[in-house]
Amino acid sequence: MGGRGQLAGGLMFLFAAAAAPLLPDWVVSLVTIAFANALVVLGLVVLWRAGLVSFGQALYYCIGAYAVSLTARWTGFTDAFALVLIGGVAAGLMAVLIGFLLARYREIFFAMLSLALSMILYGVLVKSESLGSTDGFSVATPTFLGYAPHRDALGLALYWLTLGVDAIGAVLVGVYFRSVAGALAAPIRDNEIRVEFLGVSVTSIIHIKVVVAGILGGLGGALAALAIGHVDPNMAYWTTSGGFVFVTILAGAGSVAAAFVGSLVFEAVRSFAFDVMPQLWQMTLGSVLLLTILFLPDGLGSLVARLKRRREAKS
Amino acid sequence: MLTASAILTDGLVYAAYLFIVAIGLTLIFGVMKILNVAHGSFYAFGAYGAATAVGIYTNADWPAAIGFLLMLAMGMAIGLVLGIILERGILRLVYGKDEVIIVLVTYATFLILEDVIVLIWGPQSYAAYQPMVSAGNIEIGELVLSNYDIVLVAIAALLAGLAYWALKFTRYGRLLTTVIFDRETAAAFGVNVTLVYTVTFVIGAMLGALGGAVMAPKIAVTLGIGVEVIVLAFAVVAIGGMGSIEGALVGALIVGICRAAAVHLVPQIELFVIYGVMALVLVVRPYGLFVRAQPRKI
Amino acid sequence: MSAILVVRDLEKTFGSLVAARDITISVPAEQTVGVIGANGAGKTTFINMITGHLKPSKGSIWFEDREITGKPSREITRLGISRSFQVAQIFPSLTVFENICMAAAIARRAGGVWGNIASPVHSGAATAEAEATIELFQIGRYRDTAANTLPQGVRKLLDIGMAVVGWPRLLLLDEPTSGISIEEKFDLMNVVMSALKARKITVLFVEHDMEIVARFAERVLAFYDGTIIADGTPTETLDDPRVQELISGVRLKPTAARPGHA
Repeated sequence: MGGRGQLAGGLMFLFAAAAAPLLPDWVVSLVTIAFANALVVLGLVVLWRAGLVSFGQALYYCIGAYAVSLTARWTGFTDAFALVLIGGVAAGLMAVLIGFLLARYREIFFAMLSLALSMILYGVLVKSESLGSTDGFSVATPTFLGYAPHRDALGLALYWLTLGVDAIGAVLVGVYFRSVAGALAAPIRDNEIRVEFLGVSVTSIIHIKVVVAGILGGLGGALAALAIGHVDPNMAYWTTSGGFVFVTILAGAGSVAAAFVGSLVFEAVRSFAFDVMPQLWQMTLGSVLLLTILFLPDGLGSLVARLKRRREAKS
Repeated sequence: MLTASAILTDGLVYAAYLFIVAIGLTLIFGVMKILNVAHGSFYAFGAYGAATAVGIYTNADWPAAIGFLLMLAMGMAIGLVLGIILERGILRLVYGKDEVIIVLVTYATFLILEDVIVLIWGPQSYAAYQPMVSAGNIEIGELVLSNYDIVLVAIAALLAGLAYWALKFTRYGRLLTTVIFDRETAAAFGVNVTLVYTVTFVIGAMLGALGGAVMAPKIAVTLGIGVEVIVLAFAVVAIGGMGSIEGALVGALIVGICRAAAVHLVPQIELFVIYGVMALVLVVRPYGLFVRAQPRKI
Repeated sequence: MSAILVVRDLEKTFGSLVAARDITISVPAEQTVGVIGANGAGKTTFINMITGHLKPSKGSIWFEDREITGKPSREITRLGISRSFQVAQIFPSLTVFENICMAAAIARRAGGVWGNIASPVHSGAATAEAEATIELFQIGRYRDTAANTLPQGVRKLLDIGMAVVGWPRLLLLDEPTSGISIEEKFDLMNVVMSALKARKITVLFVEHDMEIVARFAERVLAFYDGTIIADGTPTETLDDPRVQELISGVRLKPTAARPGHA
């Protein structure tokens, strides 16, 4: 994203923040969930640029969510800013550990091993009475530096919190993409041998990507837990991961913005499709995914780029 | 003592189930380098088909043995049709793309098929326990075994033997081995790789569906049964080494025994233990027990 | 002149196969050394051991008086040894500039995990370094071309450019002219060698074309059956009867370099 893109992105965020009080509640909560999930998708974009797909990103999502809910439950501590941070840190630490194993793998091994790891967490949660078992449990109402809003005001506060975390996340990921560690994505996909002979450990670069994606996943899960008000083991289930992968492929890895737009579109379509034809929801997902891979391999984001190029060619 | 023999028999039965669902997955991966997420759908379709078959034969009051064969035939027929449709209709379009992309394609297919099941069989559950009941039980000392479980183990053993024989001693098997070893060279020597792919995928699909069919009497045939199977089968195959038949057998035995031990000794870790074993094996042998990493030449 | 590279009793075996044995040489700084030998004679194995792609079974390798035997390739690269490849190893989906800039940024980054995260790819210094290297190797007209569409010769130059952008002191070129037509070989080697001379880089290059070896090397090592059978000036090595019998096949005067390419 160039300077103009960043400016446009920033303006969009400000607009979304300012417009919130005018929006109906259901839109506010839909956008909050969508933008919480967008962070997870952004993490998958970080991996996808290097040709890696994680079918277990729900692991970090779930850890972030449970970290929030358990901290509030066990300590009575309810400050939303600190809780979100705790969610991100908890998932990040797990990613540091898992990275030692995962960074050695590529392609389907990477995808499926991350899937298996998320299923371990699912299995543990389902069987642990002290962690709420299959039902999970509800999340305490958060406070914001002492301010304790209720109902609509709470929804708005969480909306702004999510936007704020997203904005910081988007900027930092943008910086990361321009660093050696971040830019070594296509080169790793292209030619690992060359990267090693340039003097870089591919394993450690991928480890960093796993951690970045893990932190983003944890932050997303933490925000989602606060917004939904409930956590359960399904947050770690592989179909949850599958949903995130779906949005990533649909949006494409071309830009940071694509993750947010993709997530928003996905959440909106889901809420409508669920009302209209709940039984055909998965079929719709599958068909769209299939068509995207066949006809738009770089995601919907590439459509925008293609249009832009055409316009530039004309002028 | 009773626990030990219970663990062993339960483990063996579970391993038989795992092997039946994993062998198709590993076969398709070995030959085509495709990790087929839709394998879970084959399993589910097989189970639903078998449930339908059980309904037919109990209504018609046929003898149990014929009913059982009808069940298997129904499962394999469904696998055959699904396999041909998927390979010719969808996978053919994406050969040559990244392995990961093909995984996503099979994932998309899996999602679509999940709803196709609802369209065909509706959202309700099916019970197909009749073959299990009519098979009866056998008592060995203090241990009570279901005859159906013994049949299951026999089927798994038969499949393992058949696969070994087919790969070693038939023309098609040797053809497969050359394609597995080196696709380009095989094609250069005039092997019809396209045909090999189609046949392999269809056989894999039939094996997946067969797995669902034989398991149908032991489970509640309901929505979502395919989801768990694919993850389990993957764990088995990853432990043994992707694409290796003997790996799938050993992986199934390891996972089967470990899970049975967990169920009898520490039930809390039942779900955890499978993936735990898998992670442990992969730490020591990154590509599974029976596959070695190939270093890249420069 | 002090030796920049010292190799003692190097040996590499794969099971019962001996790929390299009894290799002992010493290369003074800024020398240009040609390496000849038939396929399978152990030339690439030798280079792979020096650059850390293969671990020697026996013997030791010293670079600037520091032992580097068995170190991983990325560490050896950081110490100042680079290499190019028989088949150009580039990033096909990046442009020429992005390829070289990436290599420059990597060479200039701070160490450790944090160095990777904190160093921007397009820093002023890395960009300038990349532009200078593109200039040095005369591939400016391909600057913004995607690497997967480059002609073979430019791919080779890009591959070598990526190895040179980090200012190595020792460069190993594995068949720089393989896959290049006979007409283009001398032009390519002229560009490469003058660039390396300009940066005072010690060079070992593997080459099958004896005319190229005679023209560009100051010293020639001849490999046969995993070991060095001749080591001397181009004239000495190429006139060695064993070399002529086992490797070059024909007698060639080093002074017979083709006119118009000098």
